[in-house]
Amino acid sequence: MFLFLKKILCTHSIFINFTYIWRNIITQVFMKVLVCISHVPDTTSKINFIEDDTKFDVQGVQFVINPNDEFGLTRAMWLKEKQGASIDVINVGNQSSEPTLRKALAIGADRAIRINSDPNDGFFVAKQISEYIKNNTYDLIIAGRESIDYNGAMVPGLIAGFLNINYVTNCIKLEIDNENVLLDREIDGGKETLKGKLPLIIGGQKGLVEESDLRIPNMRGIMQARQKPLEVIEPYDFNSNTETLKFQKPLPKQAVKLVDSENLDELINLLHNEAKVL
Amino acid sequence: MPVITYIESSNGKIKKNGFELASYSSELAKLLNTTAIALTVNVSDCSELGNYGISKALKISDDSLNEFNASTYADIITQAVNKTGANTIVVSSSLDSKYLAPILSANIEAAYINNVISLPSNLDPFTVKRTAFTNKAFSDTSSNSEKVIVGLSNNSFGLIENSIPIDEEIFEVSISNSNLSVESSEKVSGKISIADADIVVSAGRGMKGPENWNLIEDLADTLGAATACSKPVSDMGWRPHSEHVGQTGKPVATNLYIAIGISGAIQHLAGINSSKIKVVINSDPEAPFFKAADYGIVGDAFDVVPRLNEKLKEFKAQNS
Ligand SMILES: Cc1cc2nc3c(=O)[nH]c(=O)nc-3n(C[C@H](O)[C@H](O)[C@H](O)COP(=O)(O)OP(=O)(O)OC[C@H]3O[C@@H](n4cnc5c(N)ncnc54)[C@H](O)[C@@H]3O)c2cc1C
Repeated sequence: MFLFLKKILCTHSIFINFTYIWRNIITQVFMKVLVCISHVPDTTSKINFIEDDTKFDVQGVQFVINPNDEFGLTRAMWLKEKQGASIDVINVGNQSSEPTLRKALAIGADRAIRINSDPNDGFFVAKQISEYIKNNTYDLIIAGRESIDYNGAMVPGLIAGFLNINYVTNCIKLEIDNENVLLDREIDGGKETLKGKLPLIIGGQKGLVEESDLRIPNMRGIMQARQKPLEVIEPYDFNSNTETLKFQKPLPKQAVKLVDSENLDELINLLHNEAKVL
Repeated sequence: MPVITYIESSNGKIKKNGFELASYSSELAKLLNTTAIALTVNVSDCSELGNYGISKALKISDDSLNEFNASTYADIITQAVNKTGANTIVVSSSLDSKYLAPILSANIEAAYINNVISLPSNLDPFTVKRTAFTNKAFSDTSSNSEKVIVGLSNNSFGLIENSIPIDEEIFEVSISNSNLSVESSEKVSGKISIADADIVVSAGRGMKGPENWNLIEDLADTLGAATACSKPVSDMGWRPHSEHVGQTGKPVATNLYIAIGISGAIQHLAGINSSKIKVVINSDPEAPFFKAADYGIVGDAFDVVPRLNEKLKEFKAQNS
């Protein structure tokens, strides 16, 4: 509808000034962004397992917004402030992820949705979010290239597959002009620039915004976040398609072999004859 | 049902990780009492895959596929899966394969398990070991689905030679249109990428400033290595973001990782831990990296690195 309106407006030059204003008003109302937020252990966390190594031990672990998602959320904030957009954030998780969603609201998202279930696997999470999107259309969906806990690297790609929408992962630049998008994707050994149209889903990562653009919620944001809607909905009826049976920690490493800095031949000898990597 | 593996290529040549995928897929096929088929795009000669146990190559040849597009590629793999009836699909951990695998998974209703580092420990249910928590742990993960896509971690399995006759067959596919188009691409020319490199020379804040990176570049040149850096180094703009490795940067799983002036923070180690051999050069004997390393030199990088470079040049000259 919004494209149609704009087309009419654009054909009448008399409305040129109006068009500009309209465009802002219209995008403000219509550009809907959904940011998928994964609730993950902080990067410094000690990783331990309980219940016969079948469950991650959350004891003493600080949870944060998945770093890749945080870059995406920050880009969404930029779109909201510069071009006008509404930002919903969504998480599939149990009640323990609410502080993470509140943090996203404090950063500036408008509304949060929590699908009330353990995030059993990437497939399950993607099915839940896809189903939600089917019932609540979005122009742009932002997820992270992977979550740093299970490293499944599949949620945005599966959503794209289920919903048959454009998808770009390892996204390090995103620009939107009406329904046209310009993106950079990191490739092995470089980057490529892609052109496409909304609707679109991306897997974001560092580069989408700079590290220094990341926002720490301020007091006002935190206060406002308390008033913002956080909707809890029950999961749709899907099963996961994988199961994590057991975890292990890496074996303790053998002590480092120190080589004297005056004896570099010895290092080369070890790398050649012992490690066989030269 | 055969195992099928998508083998990546560049300019008509099979990429190095293709032979590891071939080795893994044919060993997996043995366990499943079947054969392993490779799918290639615009590769004219696939005979080398026969050295690693592949009995058949399905060769797609179409100029419109010269440019990678994830959904188009997922569609052609889907057609190969449908044609062969394969239930087990093996792909690499390259950025392109990680990009297409979930789309493929949605297309063929397969479970996708990535970062896999071993053959299945159990076939029913299909269970493999993978890394999790960015290399801080492993998990045994099983599939409940009839079809499964295995994303093999780079350098985790190695090569297993097993020469058999290979049958090369042209495979006709229909090519779907995508409404995402590549406008341009930039590759650092003449340099090996972190993903393809056997050796990575990485440096951190200990190098003091970008003007000193010639020491790192020179060492990398001597070794035919890719260069990488720690996060603050890319944050400060000393090096491009594409060189940032670690938990929030690129993962590295190389044969030899040389870390110079990097302290070894947990987030850095998480990303590089899958590398086989780690060498640390650091002036601080207390640097945490020494606990994660195989070989270490306590010393000033500005003194050690140039001397090491000279010694390596001599070594290379004698051993080539
Ligand atoms: C959410 C989050 C995610 C992160 N993700 C990553 C990541 O993906 N990758 C990453 O690398 N970091 C990451 N970090 C940052 C990480 O915590 C460290 O701050 C960072 O790795 C340190 O970089 P560095 O080793 O280069 O610098 P420093 O910690 O400053 O270490 C410099 C080292 O150089 C040594 N040195 C100094 N002078 C010399 C000399 N002349 N010769 C030899 N050695 C010398 C010092 O002894 C020191 O050990 C992350 C942090 C956070 C909070």
